[in-house]
Amino acid sequence: MDKKETIRTQIWREEAEPDNPFAAAACFCHGYDVFGDVVGKATWIEYLFLLFKGERPSRSQAKTLEDLAVSLANPGPRDNSVHAAMSGGVGGSNNAACLMAALAVGAGQLGGGREVALSMQMWTKCSTDIPSWESSIRHSPYEERADVWPPMEHTPGFNPHSASCPTPLRLLLNHLADQSPGPSLCWLRDNREHIETIAGAPLAITGISAATFHDLGFTPAEGEMLFLLLRLPGAAAHALEQRSIGFRNFPFFHNSIHLENDPEVDQLNL
Amino acid sequence: MNGPSKLIASEDQWNTQMGLVFPGKRVVFRGKDLFRDLKDLRWMELLRYGITGRFFDPKQIRLFEGIWSLGTSYPDPRIWNNRIASLAGTSRSTATLGIGAAIAISEATVYGRGPDVKAIDFFFRTKRALDNGEILSDIVRNELEKYRGIAGYARPFVNDDERIKPVTELATSLGFGNGNYLGLAYEVEKTLLKLRYRIKMNAAALGAALAADQGLSCYEYYLYLTPAFIGGMLPCYIEAAGKEEGTFLPFACDRIEYIGPSNRSWD
Repeated sequence: MDKKETIRTQIWREEAEPDNPFAAAACFCHGYDVFGDVVGKATWIEYLFLLFKGERPSRSQAKTLEDLAVSLANPGPRDNSVHAAMSGGVGGSNNAACLMAALAVGAGQLGGGREVALSMQMWTKCSTDIPSWESSIRHSPYEERADVWPPMEHTPGFNPHSASCPTPLRLLLNHLADQSPGPSLCWLRDNREHIETIAGAPLAITGISAATFHDLGFTPAEGEMLFLLLRLPGAAAHALEQRSIGFRNFPFFHNSIHLENDPEVDQLNL
Repeated sequence: MNGPSKLIASEDQWNTQMGLVFPGKRVVFRGKDLFRDLKDLRWMELLRYGITGRFFDPKQIRLFEGIWSLGTSYPDPRIWNNRIASLAGTSRSTATLGIGAAIAISEATVYGRGPDVKAIDFFFRTKRALDNGEILSDIVRNELEKYRGIAGYARPFVNDDERIKPVTELATSLGFGNGNYLGLAYEVEKTLLKLRYRIKMNAAALGAALAADQGLSCYEYYLYLTPAFIGGMLPCYIEAAGKEEGTFLPFACDRIEYIGPSNRSWD
């Protein structure tokens, strides 16, 4: 008989119950006994950091990630990803579908997970060097091959529709910069306006998130995953709320869609 | 800074050429009345019209259906996207949730939409380069050096692709066996072999070449393929949902091969 295929992992180990090889008697996350030791001692954020990085966070790492997580938890009902979840809620879609909708919409290159990853790539490349940022923003890399992702239409991490960096984001940046274990957030706070001028757009929450994840030692893929994950609570809460309020009280845009090629109008014109 | 001017102009203002429902009366679908002008279309014809705004002749529609049918995700739950459908079934989730996620998973880099897009794009770029006087062997070598592979050539586990023969036979029977891009696809394979790369064409390249010969753009081809794998996913869901719950290929604890740090204390 062939050797049984296994799942190779550095993250997780289990010891089976004596009476059932499919039930774990003990679970270890990066060597820590989850139910025998970690539960009751670790915070959710510490455990989250451990899962991704394989080590417990320092105090400042945990505090920085915790505070970013609070700021990301609810993008608010105007956000496209939350709008998507609420659209599921009002129609009575399954709860998982509401979160899937929030993830799909919130994955994008405008204000979404993909933008965070691309912004983090810029941090990896440019670090705290203004000429590098200037060069990267002005000469964005040309990708000759097509991809499932569309070409980027603005500098990642900046909001093309903002007039200025909004107050909550400036407050958040100042707060995170004061406690971050890395140099990126401090540098971003000190050079924000200069970089915004080069980018031609104000800093966005994706840019602050990218700088934070970079300071915490996450890779762009890890930052993207965390951004997607950490924004789901608001989507869930708003979806449930709108389900109970009902679709009659949710915007339907009754008179907002304007058909430019109505065949009946064309016929009348004939 | 642009500021919010575009958002202000767009608030409660969405102009569309794609369609609108007039409840209780009629539906406009890309400038046509769905129940009057499009009522006799087959599903594939409507899908193609929705994507491109163009109509295709019956032979083309048969080809596009054939690429879906023969190139669908086989009902084999080992294939990663199908496995989502099976796992949804065995976990007693809904079919729609499982299939929705399985479609999303099909947008992968080693199979599915990633190589599909890159394959048709490769043919368009190669055609342009050849028209500019470049040599095919140089183009192929350059692509391999730059990207460590050519989308549509080679497969994850085996080199031969069982879909090539039936899809080619279908295309030939419909009169599409001599297209320029199809010819190019085979030329690339020959060039790879001549350059001593043991890499063969797979169905992604064949489908891309056939679609390019029918005038599809890279984007249109991508959109057309979005639901292509559903055919094989639903049987996977059905079977797993129909058997004892939780019995689809469960892992015992000892199937986890731990390669991380030794036990340690949180304190």
